[in-house]
Amino acid sequence: MQVYADNAATTKISKTALDAMMPCFETYYGNPSSLHTAGQLAKEQLESARERIADCLGCEPREIYFTSGGSEADNQAILSAARLGERKGKKHIISTAFEHHAVLHTLQKLEKEGFEVTYLDVREHHNITARQVQDAIRPDTCLVTVMYANNEIGSVLPIGEIGAICKAAGVPFHTDAVQAVGHLPIHVKQENIDMLSLSAHKFHGPKGVGALYCRRGLPLVNVIEGGAQERGKRAGTENLPAICGMAAALEEACAHMEENAAKVSALRDRLIAGLSQIPHSARNGDPEHCLPGIVSFCFEGIEGESLLLLLDAKGICASSGSACTSGSLDPSHVLLAIGRVHDVAHGSLRLSLCADNTQEEIDQILEAVPQVVEYLRNMSPVWRDLQTGKRQYIL
Amino acid sequence: MALYSEKVMDHFTHPRNVGVIENADGVGEVGNAKCGDIMKIYLKIEDDIIQDVKFETFGCGSAIASSSMATEMIKGKSIHEAMALTNKAVAEALDGLPAHKMHCSVLAEEAIKGALQDYFDRNGIPYDDKDFPNSEHCPHCE
Repeated sequence: MQVYADNAATTKISKTALDAMMPCFETYYGNPSSLHTAGQLAKEQLESARERIADCLGCEPREIYFTSGGSEADNQAILSAARLGERKGKKHIISTAFEHHAVLHTLQKLEKEGFEVTYLDVREHHNITARQVQDAIRPDTCLVTVMYANNEIGSVLPIGEIGAICKAAGVPFHTDAVQAVGHLPIHVKQENIDMLSLSAHKFHGPKGVGALYCRRGLPLVNVIEGGAQERGKRAGTENLPAICGMAAALEEACAHMEENAAKVSALRDRLIAGLSQIPHSARNGDPEHCLPGIVSFCFEGIEGESLLLLLDAKGICASSGSACTSGSLDPSHVLLAIGRVHDVAHGSLRLSLCADNTQEEIDQILEAVPQVVEYLRNMSPVWRDLQTGKRQYIL
Repeated sequence: MALYSEKVMDHFTHPRNVGVIENADGVGEVGNAKCGDIMKIYLKIEDDIIQDVKFETFGCGSAIASSSMATEMIKGKSIHEAMALTNKAVAEALDGLPAHKMHCSVLAEEAIKGALQDYFDRNGIPYDDKDFPNSEHCPHCE
């Protein structure tokens, strides 16, 4: 039996979402920009999807811009705020050290252009406080961009408090909510969010589609130039099947959010309790403010890629922040940002659950992980050195 | 998984020669935990023949497979044959490694050379320094 525990990487599309997509291939295949009936029927579907997504987020339909996914939405939001700031002579941005690369790499590009970025420290509680944001705001701050919830360790940030601070300071506030939408209750107006990025495949929608919510009055800069789609802010014929699939998936996720969160967090807590029994291990993430489905651990003395391969051989799909899994030489920037040293960050494991996971699957994971960790430790010279006292335990 | 060849997966999931040799005649250790790879090779040598070899590895699947394959390739061979083992030969014997994993086979070659150097040092056997790359130097950490 395959256990899929990598839902933070991507999810299986739901039947509801798939069913919502099919008519767009077979019936509503017109181009929404066309004047004829086929085009206008497609346009109706497009606008209905926009309305339903807006309803789920608590905003107006005209504030939703469809994109190719979370990365594009992050890029567009940050670049738009930067260009607006630049015109006013404001070139300071506040973010965190554990953002997704779609945010970090965009910020690094802006730094090369002369922007200054404050990356808030996330070592304490593996999270930030609203106070840190408050203290970092300067007269020349043009944007605060912090993620809603972290994709690797599950920490949920105090978005509502940060939104209130940004509103009071008159600073545009963007949140990369890719890992949170569909899993946590979000209301952009109540939380004073000016821009929010989301991606459909993280909540059982299709891949390759997402959206940017942008508050009315905040000017967007195009990332993709061309036709007049999306109020002229995002060119390209709309991916209608994916957009309709996304709307259906989000409605479904929001309708079942409470029951799903209760079920998934119970499974998560069993995993945490079980994995905590493994000696010289540590959980990553804010234990008090955490996504229902994400569990992240570091195990000392082993390397994450070999852990993943052996778990895969036992039918368990998981992920790791180990350098070896990414093709880069450094372990996950998120684990380093929360203060894990390289040696320990290499031995990380992320299990991410959804409502389809079962108690039996948790049993299977809790049986496999300790076995694999022990097996790898037994062939690890690092573990031998730790046990013989030649090297000091970190965890 | 398509990431690795069947040979790599075989040596990774069923590694040969894992363990420690007490009172080994030569021990070599390369890599560091910061990089995410450490390989340690133990040799038992009699009459210039590698009678036994064991390894311990902290690292990814290809690092474990490379150590396993390299030990298999030198077991029962002369120390001269073991000296001639290249990382390329290890990688080829594994039916290839992904480009970004080639350094795992380099570590295997260096760990064996390190163990042989230790054997030469202990026994006062002269050797050419050129044959032993300085394994303290890790380009991946820089």
